[in-house]
Amino acid sequence: MADIPTAELPGSLKRNASLDLWVRVDARDTVTVRTGKVEIGQGILTALTLIAAEELDLDPRRVRIETAITGRSPNELITAGSMSVEDSGSALRQACAHARRHMLERAAVELGVDLQSLSVDDGEIGGVGANRKVSYWDIQGGRPFGITVERRIDEKAPARYTVVGRPFGRVDLPAKIRGDGVFVHDSEMPDMLHARVVRPPSYHHRLAQLDRAAIEGDRDLFRLVVDGSFVAVIARDEYAAVRLAARAERAATWHQIDTLSAPDRLADYLVAHQAGAYPLIDGAPQAVPIPVLPSADDAMQVQRTYARPYLMHASLAPSAALARFDDGKLTVWSHSQGIEILRPLLAKVLGIEVDEITVVHSQGSGTYGHNGADDAALDAALCARAVAGRPVLLKWTRQQEHRWEPYGPAMRIDLAAALDGDGRVATWSHDVYSFTHIGRPMPFAEGVEMVAAWHLAKPFPRAAPTPRLAPEVGIHRNAWPLYRFPATRVVKRFVADSPLRTSSLRGLGAHGNVFAIESFVDELAALVHVDPIAYRLEHTDDPRARAVIERVAAMCGGLSTSSAGPTVARGRGIGVARYKNKQCYAAVVVEVAVDLESAIVRAERVWIAADAGCVVDPDGLVNQLEGGAIQSLSWTLKEAVGFDADGVTTADWDSYPILRFSEVPDVVTELIDRPSLPSLGAGEATQGPTAGAVANAVAAATGIRIRELPITPDRLRAVALTVAGG
Amino acid sequence: MLLELTVNGERHRIVVGDAVPLAYVLRNELGLKSVKLGCGLEQCGSCRVIVDGVPRASCVAAAADFDGKRIETVEGFAAGDALHPVQRALAAANAAQCGYCLSGIMVAAKALFDRTATPSRRDIRVALDPHLCRCGAHPRILRALDELAGHG
Repeated sequence: MADIPTAELPGSLKRNASLDLWVRVDARDTVTVRTGKVEIGQGILTALTLIAAEELDLDPRRVRIETAITGRSPNELITAGSMSVEDSGSALRQACAHARRHMLERAAVELGVDLQSLSVDDGEIGGVGANRKVSYWDIQGGRPFGITVERRIDEKAPARYTVVGRPFGRVDLPAKIRGDGVFVHDSEMPDMLHARVVRPPSYHHRLAQLDRAAIEGDRDLFRLVVDGSFVAVIARDEYAAVRLAARAERAATWHQIDTLSAPDRLADYLVAHQAGAYPLIDGAPQAVPIPVLPSADDAMQVQRTYARPYLMHASLAPSAALARFDDGKLTVWSHSQGIEILRPLLAKVLGIEVDEITVVHSQGSGTYGHNGADDAALDAALCARAVAGRPVLLKWTRQQEHRWEPYGPAMRIDLAAALDGDGRVATWSHDVYSFTHIGRPMPFAEGVEMVAAWHLAKPFPRAAPTPRLAPEVGIHRNAWPLYRFPATRVVKRFVADSPLRTSSLRGLGAHGNVFAIESFVDELAALVHVDPIAYRLEHTDDPRARAVIERVAAMCGGLSTSSAGPTVARGRGIGVARYKNKQCYAAVVVEVAVDLESAIVRAERVWIAADAGCVVDPDGLVNQLEGGAIQSLSWTLKEAVGFDADGVTTADWDSYPILRFSEVPDVVTELIDRPSLPSLGAGEATQGPTAGAVANAVAAATGIRIRELPITPDRLRAVALTVAGG
Repeated sequence: MLLELTVNGERHRIVVGDAVPLAYVLRNELGLKSVKLGCGLEQCGSCRVIVDGVPRASCVAAAADFDGKRIETVEGFAAGDALHPVQRALAAANAAQCGYCLSGIMVAAKALFDRTATPSRRDIRVALDPHLCRCGAHPRILRALDELAGHG
């Protein structure tokens, strides 16, 4: 048995080597496993349950999985970047392998037989020569292991899997189907109070005056909290809090300390405000001179610019949190994706020790990165501090969610290529301009990226964004193309000064970069009259990338469509990427129908082929890939954050429309399972490919190339007129 | 005012403030947490409940306007342990991601399937259109309901 030293411990086990952090054999019948990752609608708890059950040879129904709690769960910092199966899954599998082996060794002694002869069936250990069986619960029930994992041991061979890779119902779903109150929004506690915060009209307003008497005269008020420009109302009854917040809003006057920069064209603003250029060397941006591509004098030169606007997470439930202060100790129930990062930040703003704070993950609606969850947690904590001993449930309004969440940043991508005599790419150049995609507050930074912290009487400054220089993070995620060209040059161009607050939105830079790359590849293929799929394959040497391209082509039967009517133009387009150039491969084909009268683009059919390595939960994986594709369709066809000098103007679902049920295409997904290869994160794999596929499908249908998202009827008409006008 | 509501088959007499929206009464007075608040603007469908057989938003309209009405929420859909066919179909298809929109969607679907056991694909899409889902679970929700309606 080839045991490998500690340095090779997989995933989060490296920093959380105590076995008891991960696995506990309950007193009887069940095993509880823990993770530091949180459920955000992506089905991670189900995937981890299957991994644990497989490694322990248990029926998955015997596995209980516990939500993340600071100070008790493995510290995995954050649930982000499609890393949960890779970080937590690999750690949990190894931890369970240790737990199983430890119990088998004990059983061998107890049964007086050789370890090698033992096997496990749903927690019952028996074997050749043993005249009886012992169970996990006989050996370890209710007792900690007290083991620190020091070396890597062999895990179950994938060929013997019976649970992983097979469909299994989502563990969190039955309660939601019954209508149980499982979200933090549904919390009930004895003596619980309800709070609402009253925010200024924009980032650049501060409280000038508050007519306290107008609020305090209301007998439903339990407490008015005013700290600088932070204003909140607390009541016993929830609707009273809603009513009081409206009253407080009328009682407040704000003064404007600045205005927002609201440029006509964000794509131009991004170039004008560039703060630094970092060429990618071996995938990592570096502060070095920008390399010069070899000249190709007689080659065909092509340059194009692509752009996307600011996009919202726009989670369906406004952010919320429950908080309680007891004897100086704070407990916060939050749907943050980064509870271990939130904890020290709360300590910093509230001026208490980290050890005095516990953050319990409690489900919210789907989050797709860094949304308002952390801000709401601070809001709730500030309210709870004002009414010590009483739990306070605080919820944002829809308008607050739309106005104050950190947005996915606008992007501009300039692409250039030189084509050789055969029409193949000789040189490729990619310049991506954007604001930070990583605005999540960091405990050790000087500023604090949390809304309430800026509004306190003693305010914390905003954090100054800095360019991240690790491979595949933020702006330059998937800026390096999947394709192999003789010469490739990629430059990250960091823009510090964003009119709007920005942070991580599903896929980060990958959505804009892949949209641009896949659009440009199609434009080049069209220029040299080569089929877009064939052109991609000509430039692809990675066999797994080729496999997803070929699979999706086979699924849809090719990109040509036959049914073009007099009023509707139909077309298909493809988009391909390997997420972060190291995770899941995805190839997406979208068929659109463009109404030539209204210029409305409808996605009618979508085909997805994906390779995420060893598939743990096939249904969960398909759900993630398809959900990502639908969300990306929505971004690509409909969404843009609107703002003017006075603030954000898209503050509800009417002004920020998203894709509706009547606009959803039929979707077919196929997985290329690779049981002997590592599982790869897939939760963000289809965001970019879908965007490229839609733009390519629109071009195929209409001959009109849209290079700036979203592809709305207005934009389609405007570009059509420009093209027609020459 | 004193309000009389029949909720999930049970009669309730409740004293409520004039302007309190129905959703707050259902959630906080009657503990029916399946009724979700998503926007408070009648734009997202999360808060819809069945009122005399018809799905309606409950986040703005005052509870007082529902005096004497028969209201159904997801808590009342199952008969004992037996889930409603709509619930069974969605559960079997793992037809959700975060599940926050799911209650409202089950409300729309139950109202539809109670009216006709075999709605058309178009009927299903029209019924669900007032409901927003941000995770993109639409395809499998539609597949599950299409199948239930015999369009598998």
